[in-house]
Amino acid sequence: MFDFLRGLMIAIKEMFKPKKTINYPFEKGKISPRFRGEHALRRYPNGEERCIACKLCEAVCPAQAITIESSEREDGSRKTTRYDIDMLKCIYCGLCEESCPVDAIVQGPNFEFATETREELYYTKEKLLENGDRWESVLAANIKADNPHR
Amino acid sequence: MLKVKVNDIDIEVEEGLTVLQACEIAGAEIPRFCYHEKLSIAGNCRMCLVEIEKSKKPVASCAMPVADGMNIKTNTELVEKARKGVMEFLLANHPLDCPVCDQGGECDLQDQSMFYGIDKSRFKENKRFVPEKYMGPLIKTQMTRCIHCTRCVRFATEVAGVPEIGAIGRGEDMQITTYLEKAMESELSANVIDLCPVGALTSKPYVFEARPWELKKTETVDVMDAVGSNIRVDTYGWEVKRILPKINEDINEEWISDKTRYACDGLKYQRLDAPYIKKKNNFKKISWQDALQILKDKINVTKPEKIAGLTGDLTNMETLFACKELFHKVLKSKNLESREKNIYINLNDRKNYLFNSEIKGIEKSDLILLIGTNPRYEATMLNARIRKSFLKNNTEIFSLEDLGDLTYNYKVLSNTTEEVKKIIENNCDISSKIKNAKYPLVIFGESALTMNSSKYMFEGFKKFLNENNKITEEWNSLNILNTNASAVGSYDLDIVCKTNETLEKIDKNFFEIIFLIGQDNISISKKNEFIVYIGSHGDKGAEIADLVLPGAAFTEQNGYFTNLEGKLQMAFKASYPPGEAKEDWVIINEISKLIDGNGLFKDKNELLTAMNNHINSNKKNEFSNLFKEEYINEKILTLPIDYYHSNVIARSSKTMNECRNIRSKLKKTGTEG
Repeated sequence: MFDFLRGLMIAIKEMFKPKKTINYPFEKGKISPRFRGEHALRRYPNGEERCIACKLCEAVCPAQAITIESSEREDGSRKTTRYDIDMLKCIYCGLCEESCPVDAIVQGPNFEFATETREELYYTKEKLLENGDRWESVLAANIKADNPHR
Repeated sequence: MLKVKVNDIDIEVEEGLTVLQACEIAGAEIPRFCYHEKLSIAGNCRMCLVEIEKSKKPVASCAMPVADGMNIKTNTELVEKARKGVMEFLLANHPLDCPVCDQGGECDLQDQSMFYGIDKSRFKENKRFVPEKYMGPLIKTQMTRCIHCTRCVRFATEVAGVPEIGAIGRGEDMQITTYLEKAMESELSANVIDLCPVGALTSKPYVFEARPWELKKTETVDVMDAVGSNIRVDTYGWEVKRILPKINEDINEEWISDKTRYACDGLKYQRLDAPYIKKKNNFKKISWQDALQILKDKINVTKPEKIAGLTGDLTNMETLFACKELFHKVLKSKNLESREKNIYINLNDRKNYLFNSEIKGIEKSDLILLIGTNPRYEATMLNARIRKSFLKNNTEIFSLEDLGDLTYNYKVLSNTTEEVKKIIENNCDISSKIKNAKYPLVIFGESALTMNSSKYMFEGFKKFLNENNKITEEWNSLNILNTNASAVGSYDLDIVCKTNETLEKIDKNFFEIIFLIGQDNISISKKNEFIVYIGSHGDKGAEIADLVLPGAAFTEQNGYFTNLEGKLQMAFKASYPPGEAKEDWVIINEISKLIDGNGLFKDKNELLTAMNNHINSNKKNEFSNLFKEEYINEKILTLPIDYYHSNVIARSSKTMNECRNIRSKLKKTGTEG
């Protein structure tokens, strides 16, 4: 008898609490700064791309989703000529971000990048840089927030 | 033998070894930067410190000779602390730019700091900066990374014989430089890149191209000259990214020439990727089937004796043998020739066209006589051995001709056949010197063998050396220096025209069909011939051809090559032929299939068995009788070699072109020789 009443009590309490479900496309849940979503290639504030083609992310990637080709740019700096991520192969482990010595490749907060064809998920360097430009403010804030824990 | 203890293990070592070598024998690993087996000892990096009992301080093991009863310890706390300390000092001024450094992944400093170093830096001050130095088109410098091991300086002075790299300044201000900041004038210059334990000297053509861990490595042999240096070809997909030396003490030790290393970008350019037919002076792409049909129609209306074939300098033995079989069995023509000039070759015995003393034999020689050859350009690795012998034994070296700088001292005789006559008739002091020498070397170059009195000189020398017991089982002092990688292989397979007139007839436009199998070095004044070119690059041969069949380069097919010493080596497939190109022997086989219905060979194994049987059958050849053994008083001139442009791959290479331009500019200043 006592158990019944206690169960009823919990149900009544829950009725007056705010709702847990959200109206998804219009409302979104809280996302951690460490969330590993869609990839982006960042730039320095002066517009120079960060990636130096060290190929550590390519080497560390357990799914071998990253393909990089590099060469010397006209000014003598080391830059990629190709930076492809196969988002279908990617397992979103975050090792690429961890291995990057210049914080160039990051996994941003965006998780809504479903497409209708597979081809659209083969990301190229342009696409990744564009992602970086679009999300830069969030990405920078995330890295700053996570900094004490690194 | 000395008895020493290494980490409480008793070992016996020979006298004269260093502590480091003794530790290696005992299996104790010692980190090092400046020490290198092939170079003199410098002892300036201090990384190899070990503890020796009764010595107060740790000792640099690379510079310390072993003494009897030494008790060496390499795993004590003191040694560990010493290594950490040295590492910290080395890293104090070393930039932390591993992610952009080309050495990353194969860097001695990186590896050893992971093993022996500490993980934090206490150096808060500003790091040293050294401006970049210009060292030519092959070597990229980033001198801030330099740790002053001086391996490059020692290599340039000792092995390459061009003391052009040195150090200026002291202590922290020490800088490695080429003094006048010019390109290093050596054909071995790029070996300093392999020697550099850090990323201070890296490869310029390979800059930022790839990481060592993503390259596929294939161990194979080189075909740029007849030496057959052992190399490692690194490929990324189809592309050959770089070529590195592979250690072979008998041939190239651990160096390779610049041409071997950097002609590899020629494998990317000017490639033939589909069959072409010439129509109104324009090449038109056609299919294999059409191309072979055209060829068949042409062969069917031509008499066998009007068909000739010339094999090239980079052709492997499988292809050579397939060509031989095609000409003998299918086309029934006798006009297959591998020589580019009328070189005198005595095919009766294999010893008549080999470098009999062997390359490692040069090291013990005490007298060398060069006749019509410039080993510096014809066989760079062999020249490095001559220099080694010169430094080690103070070998007396004579040349008939003044050849400029050969990186060692030599005495110039007169460059006439009269001089040779005097020597072989025992009429001058060189003759007695050869007689008195224990291990003399007489090296004939191809230039000497194209002379009118070549047979007289060669056979005369053979007789002279035989009479004086210089040609024995133990030591054969008669040597031929061939320049083409395929030369010895072609002679072994007997691909020499029996009547010796193929080249003459080509000049007279006698033939109706000429096959050029990778042959690009002969200039043909074309009239009505139908020229078929089978090869990898669009060069001289393809330009004059009417039909072009695309073949594979040496990195794209398995193939045997015999080097100038007669060593049979295999070049392994590292990449694959571009486009519709096929392996050379397959093309030859298809041509034969087209003409007589069933091809020469079912598969490659059948070809190899047939080739082995042919080589072992040891047929006698009376070909050398065609040459007249006469003495003509003439000058022996070593034909100049366009070193950076000696074959199709090198001619297509951008790097080789750049080197050639720089070298010719240097010549114009008139500062050399």
